[in-house]
Amino acid sequence: MTTAATLLAEGANNPLMPHLSELVVGSFAFLVVFIVVGKILTPRIQKTLAERTEVIEGGIKKAEDLQAEALRTLEQYRAQLAEARQEAARLREEAREQGAQIKAELREEAQAEARRIVQAAHAQIEADRQQAVVQLRAEIGRLSTELAGRIVGESLEDEARQRRIVDRFLEELEGRPEAVR
Amino acid sequence: MTPLTLLADDKFEAPGPSIFDFPPLYEGAPTWLTKPVVFAVVGALLVCAFAWSAFAKPQLVPRGMQNIGEKGYEFVRDQVARPFLGKDAERWMPLLLSLFFLILLWNFFGVVPLIQIPIASHIAFPAVFAITIYAIKVYLGIKHQGLGGYFKNMMFPPGLPKPIYVLLAPIEFMSNLIIAPFTHAVRLFANMFAGHLILAFFSAVGFWFLFEKPTPLGAGLGVLGVVMTIAMTGFEMFIQFLQAFLFTLLAAMYIGGSLHPDH
Repeated sequence: MTTAATLLAEGANNPLMPHLSELVVGSFAFLVVFIVVGKILTPRIQKTLAERTEVIEGGIKKAEDLQAEALRTLEQYRAQLAEARQEAARLREEAREQGAQIKAELREEAQAEARRIVQAAHAQIEADRQQAVVQLRAEIGRLSTELAGRIVGESLEDEARQRRIVDRFLEELEGRPEAVR
Repeated sequence: MTPLTLLADDKFEAPGPSIFDFPPLYEGAPTWLTKPVVFAVVGALLVCAFAWSAFAKPQLVPRGMQNIGEKGYEFVRDQVARPFLGKDAERWMPLLLSLFFLILLWNFFGVVPLIQIPIASHIAFPAVFAITIYAIKVYLGIKHQGLGGYFKNMMFPPGLPKPIYVLLAPIEFMSNLIIAPFTHAVRLFANMFAGHLILAFFSAVGFWFLFEKPTPLGAGLGVLGVVMTIAMTGFEMFIQFLQAFLFTLLAAMYIGGSLHPDH
């Protein structure tokens, strides 16, 4: 009882005893600061900081997107370049093949032409030979007849007889293989 | 003005707890209207004014006061709120930022010339904060963990041998519900109280031995008093900041502990 009374009496000067008026003023001050700083102003700066983070992140994102886009384009160009190179190589190869083919065709054609010419020449020669043979046959017949006539001393005017003689003579000649050829 | 409790005689008397007693501001004023009360209100208004100049129209690219305000905001958010509240940090920033700014400015009043009274050296002011935090802590604890769960998590942390709980449960109860709010307030109060007393003591030494009673013998002591006053003022500013930080940190820790009993 006495201790409590002493404490109460000393209350004003005991540094560990809060004054009621100061409790009230302290609460009031804290409330004002909490409302103004905490409830009104802190959300504003929080919003701004969040926005700033967003803007910075957006900027980074944008830069990343641009870089990705650039990489994609580069990749595309590379692919196109490789394709073009391949295409060029293919065309070259094709041209080479075509050239070779054309060369082969030309050669074939030339050979065919040569063969044809040779054949034609052969035919001509054969024809000429035949003609020569015919002519020769006639000439030789006439000459032989003439010669024989001179030698025999009589004229073998009779056409039919003459021809027969000549033919016989020629057949004999042809019987010898080396004679005319 | 720091009232120096000096006797009228030639005897030096160190300033005592009575330097924290203030009379009403003027003759005939109501007894509650004292210097600490006035500066408590002035401090609150200054904090509001500062915060208003910094955060009223925040820009994406900060300028001037907003830079300073943001430094304070980021300090409280990164050093106090996030370590203890994690993803709930943003939600509790209004309370923590208000606490930190107000306590810091009130503490700094201890070294501002002509004001020279740390508001928290009157225990009523830290008590208001501590009681508020205590109420929030208990309310959140019961809300998030349930009435039984709150006390169970507090007094019976799992993973201990049974007999330990006989000792631990009362200790945890005492420390969490009775001692914690008390030390929360007293830590701030006592630091400001003692710091102010030390400053008053050294400046009284300097004043007494250099001006009131200058003697060849006492001059050295007076100079030492002045030097110590300057040095201790610097140290006090550090303590004032540290205690504001610590008080806010403990508040965040209590709130975080009620929200997530795991840590």
